[in-house]
Amino acid sequence: MYEKNGERYFIVDGHIHYWDGTPANQANRYGEGFINCFYDYHRNLSPDEVKWDLEHFQKQSEADIIRDLFEEGYVDKAIFQPTYLTDFFVNGFNTTEQDGALAEKHPDRFIVNGSWDPRDGENGLEALERLAERWQLKGVKLYTAEWKGDSKGWKLSDPWSYRYLEKCQELGIRNVHVHKGPTIYPLNRDAFDVADVDDVASAFPELNFIVEHVGLPRLEDFCWIATQEPNVYGGLAVALPFIHTRPRYFAQIIGELLYWLNDDRILFASDYAIWTPKWLVESFVDFQIPEDMQGEYGTLSTDVKRKILGLNAARLYGIEVPEGMGVTVPQQREAGPAVGAERNEAVLR
Amino acid sequence: MTTAAPAAALESAARRALDAVRDPELDEPITDLGFVAALEVSGRGEVLAELRLPTYFCAPNFAYLMVADAHDALRAVPGVAGVRVRLLDHFASEEINAGVAAGGDFTGAFPGLAEGDLADLRRTFRRKAHTACQERVARQLLRGGAAHEALVALTLGAVRGRVPEADLERLRRRRADLGLPDGPDAALLLDDDGRPVPLEGLPARLRFARTTRISIEGNSGWCRGLLGTRYGGEPGVPGEQGAPGRSGAPTEPEEQGAPSGRGRGEEPR
Repeated sequence: MYEKNGERYFIVDGHIHYWDGTPANQANRYGEGFINCFYDYHRNLSPDEVKWDLEHFQKQSEADIIRDLFEEGYVDKAIFQPTYLTDFFVNGFNTTEQDGALAEKHPDRFIVNGSWDPRDGENGLEALERLAERWQLKGVKLYTAEWKGDSKGWKLSDPWSYRYLEKCQELGIRNVHVHKGPTIYPLNRDAFDVADVDDVASAFPELNFIVEHVGLPRLEDFCWIATQEPNVYGGLAVALPFIHTRPRYFAQIIGELLYWLNDDRILFASDYAIWTPKWLVESFVDFQIPEDMQGEYGTLSTDVKRKILGLNAARLYGIEVPEGMGVTVPQQREAGPAVGAERNEAVLR
Repeated sequence: MTTAAPAAALESAARRALDAVRDPELDEPITDLGFVAALEVSGRGEVLAELRLPTYFCAPNFAYLMVADAHDALRAVPGVAGVRVRLLDHFASEEINAGVAAGGDFTGAFPGLAEGDLADLRRTFRRKAHTACQERVARQLLRGGAAHEALVALTLGAVRGRVPEADLERLRRRRADLGLPDGPDAALLLDDDGRPVPLEGLPARLRFARTTRISIEGNSGWCRGLLGTRYGGEPGVPGEQGAPGRSGAPTEPEEQGAPSGRGRGEEPR
């Protein structure tokens, strides 16, 4: 919980990791390149006082995580999003099992999400069933840019992916987090293209598709599909830290998201351990659209911040929100009809 | 420059040639973006250019386009005897460098991992760049009091003098890239296929175009920041911290980090 000026905020960190990026676990130069790339994100967008050295960034201890998220970071509930990357890291970068081991020691604090890869075929479907049973999965994290031998990625709209999404529906896994990355097959297409999210969001209206990083670097494509698909959500990981280095750009992002989606479909996330939640939560609660931009974007109310910081994710994951920590308006509405759908129609004419 | 040694003159010409090579997505010259790490011209007229990118995992297709475009641009410089372009510190450096050096296409550089060439991808991002440039000009006209009715009736020639020349020139170049009419009599607002934008669709089109422009400008800022973090220095990062009133245009928040207002000459080399 975070409290500021007498207002209380229930915090759900929708995207965290428990990774091992140490040299001992790096399988090759790609693994080294991957963690170094994350480290550059960390160094580029973090305030100086919370920047770590590379060694600390490569792996965090259990005590680090508990402190960074819950003791100092105000987080009430954190959702693990695994990223296996077994072609890059010997034991995987961040697997469900690694996350789960920590979650079992702190059952009230974490939610464990699983993952699947359509290239695993029939065997993978069975593995998903076991994973779902073992960790009572309510969500999965998908990384379409993951390498697997000769294959450098896949698409949500691949036939086998449909089989896995059907399996999710059958198993009651409702939240599908999607990360887009730069090396999806085939390489000559736009690697970050979110069109496949559009396809599956239409095909599986009962599933929620949370596009991590709000589609960046294709914010416009993400907004376009999210406007038409009411079950598409935006996760703020990577977008949120701009609040420190480029506050006006952040205002534009959040302004665009609120315009094309609405305040029910945007989710807070730190992307720990790329960034720590403490300064992000503090900055976001203090944040306001700059005055000269309010004509275009309006302002962010305390309730909008409450929803983004925790209530929206709580709704998707069935997390109980303590008394008095909800929004001050009478009822939270369900994700309503897409606000900008008619606008898309107009543009298409 | 006329008194400079031949190699220096050639280097300067090579630099100008690279100014014309753009990051397909960020729609800015690779020289402005700080992607040119080194440029050397030997006494025999052989040019070596080294390119670097903001991350190790930058999309290989875009990287390939930039390396190939740089190669082509340098080859076209009169007096250049040979060209070598090397992409540094990228997961696919080897494949890309070898592919471009052999004069092959992208598919050849990544056997089995790509289908067809990169023309469609390039066209997609040229369309986005055009959309963003068009919105930038339209926004300034609207702010100057022009009504939507007037906007759809304007030609490129009629806008001259009403918006910054650089923005208009940029729009004309994006038109030319797409093979769309770019003369003074061409309509100011054209859709991707070159048809005039109807009045009824204009507000929604401009609204979405704004999102496209913000996305491109945002990516550009992010890439500049990451490149600075990776290699030191902050190539061309506009100072945003003291934002209010910056450049005397507090009513133009989008101008923060907008590439159009910045002259190429300001960039550190």
